[in-house]
Amino acid sequence: MRRSSFWMIGIVLVLALAVGCSPTAAPTTAPTAKPSATTQATAAPTAASPTVAPTAAPTAMTGKFTAAGSTSLQPLAETLSEAYMAANMGVEITIQGGGSGVGVKSAQDGTAELGMVSRDLTDAEKPGLMVYTVARDAVVVIVNQDVSVDGLTKAQVRDIFSGTITNWSEVGGPDKPITVVAREEGSGTRTAFEDMVMGKEAVIVANAILQSSNGAILNTVASTPDSISFLSLGYVDKTVKVLSIDGAEANEVNASSGKYPIVRPLSFISKGDATGAVKAFLDWALGPDGQKIVADQGYIPVK
Amino acid sequence: MAYKSARLMDRGVKGILLAAAFLAVAIVFTIGLFILRQALPAFSQIGVFRLLSGTEWRPSQSIFGLLPMILGSLLVTLGAIVMGVPLALGCAILMAEIAPRSITAVIRPAVQLLGGIPSVVFGLFGMRVLVPLIRQIPVPSNTGFSILAASIVLAVMILPTITTVSEDAIRAVSGDYRDASLALGATKWQTIVGVVLPAARSGIVASVVLGIGRALGETMAMIMVIGNSVIIPQPLNDNPLTILLSQARTLTGNIAVEIGYSSGLQTNALYATGVVLFLLTILINSLAHALVKERAI
Repeated sequence: MRRSSFWMIGIVLVLALAVGCSPTAAPTTAPTAKPSATTQATAAPTAASPTVAPTAAPTAMTGKFTAAGSTSLQPLAETLSEAYMAANMGVEITIQGGGSGVGVKSAQDGTAELGMVSRDLTDAEKPGLMVYTVARDAVVVIVNQDVSVDGLTKAQVRDIFSGTITNWSEVGGPDKPITVVAREEGSGTRTAFEDMVMGKEAVIVANAILQSSNGAILNTVASTPDSISFLSLGYVDKTVKVLSIDGAEANEVNASSGKYPIVRPLSFISKGDATGAVKAFLDWALGPDGQKIVADQGYIPVK
Repeated sequence: MAYKSARLMDRGVKGILLAAAFLAVAIVFTIGLFILRQALPAFSQIGVFRLLSGTEWRPSQSIFGLLPMILGSLLVTLGAIVMGVPLALGCAILMAEIAPRSITAVIRPAVQLLGGIPSVVFGLFGMRVLVPLIRQIPVPSNTGFSILAASIVLAVMILPTITTVSEDAIRAVSGDYRDASLALGATKWQTIVGVVLPAARSGIVASVVLGIGRALGETMAMIMVIGNSVIIPQPLNDNPLTILLSQARTLTGNIAVEIGYSSGLQTNALYATGVVLFLLTILINSLAHALVKERAI
């Protein structure tokens, strides 16, 4: 008898599991579970703050939020949030990647309090979103170390990426075919590059090697002879060669003076006006302390 | 009393097993329905025919054609099967029929270890070793990122699956068959080819189908070595074999590369890519099964 009742309980459990997993049950449980978790988490620091505040926290700001999106803004956002959290013990900021598209999506649907985007928003995306541009970033054209060409004009870059120019000899290099490497469609860096360099008509050639992250681009260009690609200035390292555009070397000075032509905004976005800890963080990022970090990291300050 | 409780338990176990089976089926259907529902706007707004036969994929201009990716997936899988199956069958035959136990004891763990290597590690190896090697082949506009690199990586990845399953199938062939064949004067090799392999056929085909499934579904390693260009694979010069040096994009790669940045109709079109992949897998599986049945008669 005992044994059979054991099995009966087993059946009930399995059935309960099956019901719990069914599509109708899942959406109702998920959203309710999430806010309660956040309230608990935010409640904890506030409850603890009376004892901690006199010694540690310089400001009384507490809160916990997430910023998700553009991998171009991600390294800067991480540095900014670390500095901010060090100064404000009660604040906990989580930075997640995913891309500009994810940034827009997660700000719209509330998955993250802040979205991160590295391009201008499209008209379809704009409604309801507030944009806080914290820095500007140069998109640089990089080539494999073995390429002897040092600089191109913006028009030459466009012709190379659209497939009109296919050999390095056409732009003053040796007689070698050009291997075009680019980001995938939808990437913030690619969209920014297309807006600023390719213009309305020219499209990036179909046989370009496509990679889906800045790191993969760097790796591919570094290891592929005669290759060319584009990348956020913050990601460039010694494994690749950076070309000057229209005679302007790609560096922070030329980018902020406007001499270097390919520059894009790096922005946080929020659904409606930012409030509370999120607003405090954005104010700080746009203030002198935050902008100093922006400059130190090799990006162009907005103020 | 004891009899009664045993009967009850019998029913209980039956119920649990039924529930487990039901759950498995329900999960497949739930996933299938979810993908289909997300893909529906793409099918209705783009059109099934245009989606399947379109040769261009430019989401920014709302052009969605999956033909390059379908061909890419099929070519890569075909390449992997052509290279991987003979290798895997060779391993399986050796382990099951020829090699002494001491040698099998080395080969089997090695092959199984291969199955435990994460696909991103295969991708890394392919990107850093295979791609530069293939780039040495003197064909104009050969970048090394190619169907060939992807096929080689995949062939290695499906090796453990096919080897293990077909070794089991070969071992399961009754010893009487071998004895009878040998007694009739056939050599060991004649026995393997003429008697053992045909008897193990259904298991071997099953292993190949499993391998195809793995090959079609592989994503990470493919993204890293195939170049991801949206083009219909074409020979680079007048030698048709150079089609293997062409870049391509697989269906899985299409989803993985773009889903992070997609929105609107592009997202739906990527789900539609998933539906196509789903159907392609089902189609190939049932083709393989039909093949086995037909031959068995």
